[in-house]
Amino acid sequence: MKKVYGSADEALEGVLFDGMLIAAGGFGLCGIPELLIDGIVKSGVKDLTVASNNAGVDGFGLGKLLDTRQIRKMMSSYVGENAEFMRQYLSGELELEFNPQGTLAERMRAGGAGIPGFYTKTGVGTVIAEGKEVKQFGGEDYILEEGIFADLSIVKAWKADDTGNLVFRKTARNFNPPAAMCGKICIAEVEEIVPRGSLDPDLIHLPGIYVHRLIQGEHEKRIEQRTTRKREEA
Amino acid sequence: MPWDRNQMAARAAEELEDGMYVNLGIGIPTLVANYVGDKDITLQSENGMLGMGPFPYEGEEDPDLINAGKQTITELSRTSYFDSATSFGMIRGGKIAAAILGAMEVAENGDLANWMIPGKLVKGMGGAMDLVAGVGRVVVVMDHTNKHGDSKVLKACTLPLTGKGVVDRIITNLGVLDVVEGGLKIVECADGVTEDDLRAATEATIVG
Repeated sequence: MKKVYGSADEALEGVLFDGMLIAAGGFGLCGIPELLIDGIVKSGVKDLTVASNNAGVDGFGLGKLLDTRQIRKMMSSYVGENAEFMRQYLSGELELEFNPQGTLAERMRAGGAGIPGFYTKTGVGTVIAEGKEVKQFGGEDYILEEGIFADLSIVKAWKADDTGNLVFRKTARNFNPPAAMCGKICIAEVEEIVPRGSLDPDLIHLPGIYVHRLIQGEHEKRIEQRTTRKREEA
Repeated sequence: MPWDRNQMAARAAEELEDGMYVNLGIGIPTLVANYVGDKDITLQSENGMLGMGPFPYEGEEDPDLINAGKQTITELSRTSYFDSATSFGMIRGGKIAAAILGAMEVAENGDLANWMIPGKLVKGMGGAMDLVAGVGRVVVVMDHTNKHGDSKVLKACTLPLTGKGVVDRIITNLGVLDVVEGGLKIVECADGVTEDDLRAATEATIVG
């Protein structure tokens, strides 16, 4: 089965539809599927629900899909650093489902692992628990959270082989593996596709079984908060 | 004189013991890393890293290497990377010994509010709810009062909670308080701050 496609547009062909649920990898602007986001903007698909830790920044990352009003609902843990997001949310144009970060990651992982729900301590006694089943284990309260089953996953990795085995780099791994796992179809974009056999099988971060389509391309990899220290004088 | 930001961070660093895996929040808690001295502390960054190093030298920033505050950082010889589900597995699973976090409000029963102000500020809880529910010990570092001079150490939180009954110790510019049965107990006062000063700036019940 051929997994490698020539471009984001080709890879997205036939998988997009209005009202769909998309799970996206990335944390802030780190490890985000830039090329696939651009492809989705171009496609014009609308009324999207997007599960992603953040919503990018104004004009970059998922922020692009907010600018074009293609997103109806976000499932996120943190939406700071994005004025357009805040404006659409406060004016009621955009629906927002806050998820604690670990709960969002586990909901994706669970969905990908065939687990429709799990109990967690996170959020007990807060607004996050409202409307959710509470169950006691060992005398402590836990709340029921549901697995996420996405129609499409879009993720970014560092390298792939042509069978879809993925290797991530440093903290750009973040939400990409759980996001990849929870989609009916997963498209990965990478910096380099290498021939099968050239990645060490013991060092694969995400097996190719989770990856259905694959593209290679150039990434801007914008830095959100450039922080440095001074070199000590010699 | 009340403690300044660096003195609060230095005091918070005394909470850490050799061999601990620790998560530091954004703001003053980040400064705690500067005061751990010779102690062998491994810092977790919840976006998927253990063994967080200092900021990079100019020109050596790597867009693939950031902390949970989205700042560029560096790795150490002990560093490991993992995905977000694994990261919060170790948080929820109680493997992280302590979290040092900022706060908007803390209550005498250990309730913590630090993620939103309804109608004004909607940023999200990020990983804070998972951290306070999962780690071994929660230490809050914050100013004792807000910019209007109102106490942030309350009988009950007025803002939406991050966690219920989760705070163990509060370190402010005025001193250190522990959450105990029936209220807060004064552990120590900042240099030149009296117990009376501390009580006057605290709305919460102080016991003992």
